Amino acid sequence: MIWEVFRQERKGQSFVHGGSFHAPDEAFADAYAREFYARRQESVALWVVPREEIMEIDEFPDEFDLKYRRVDGYSIKARLKEARERVGSTERARAEMPALPASERG
Amino acid sequence: MSERARLLIELADDELILGWRDSEWTGIAPFLEEDVAFSSIAQNEIGHARALYELAARDLGTDADALAFDRAPAEYRCAPLVQLRLVPDWARTIARHVLYETADAIRIAHLKESDDAELAGLAGKIEREEVYHRLHAEMWLDRLGAEERVREAVDELWPLALGILDAELRPALAERLGRPEVEAVERAAPGAEFAELWNEMTMVRRSAPVGAQW
Repeated sequence: MIWEVFRQERKGQSFVHGGSFHAPDEAFADAYAREFYARRQESVALWVVPREEIMEIDEFPDEFDLKYRRVDGYSIKARLKEARERVGSTERARAEMPALPASERG
Repeated sequence: MSERARLLIELADDELILGWRDSEWTGIAPFLEEDVAFSSIAQNEIGHARALYELAARDLGTDADALAFDRAPAEYRCAPLVQLRLVPDWARTIARHVLYETADAIRIAHLKESDDAELAGLAGKIEREEVYHRLHAEMWLDRLGAEERVREAVDELWPLALGILDAELRPALAERLGRPEVEAVERAAPGAEFAELWNEMTMVRRSAPVGAQW
């Protein structure tokens, strides 16, 4: 039986998927989850769920291209961070680029 | 040797040797998850041994490494139960695990009540990890306890389990496990099986140049 583990690093934070393991029942799952995801105080809480109890949805019809309805604003913080990192890495790359020889400069 | 040092050495030797024996399962436990969990328990036991040796070493004017590795095999005070090499018999390993953790719980609880604040404090720290060792032992007993091989192993090891505890604590173990108090296999100078383990355990230490620092 496979169990999925979601771990919380600090109080108040979202639980994030950490991985999975085999265990024959709840008692074993409890012991192994503690062992693999919390032994070194790396988590403050765990959600341990039998994989088969998770409802997975992965097919979404999009016949009329409704992307324009997306409420992307909700995840703005993460997107901003991503954008900043992207810009940062482009700037770094530009700074590290060797100067072009004079003949090739536009 | 003071009564306190005797107690500490016995306890530390039990934890060190059990840690070594349990760690013999590393890499070959019944399945991967258990391999990690059981190895981690073994490591905890060795950590407890270290803390206990450190206390004893201060009383005896030596250090933890010297107590763990520099004594002659005949000077070790570990109980016969922890000395047995049980690989590759998982049934007997679980039987020993259950018996040892139950006996150890009684011993640690007793130490927590000690007037010796240092000893009581260390017992409290050890107990916080031992709780999980007991849960681990119990879940395996729930799973395998009805198997003939495990039942036979518990019967076989029971007199050795009593030998973990000082005589006055043995009735509590018998009561907790619902077993008759039989004649215990007492601590004695360790035998040939232990000498082999000692050889392996102290090999690196003995081959190190004098004054080497780890």
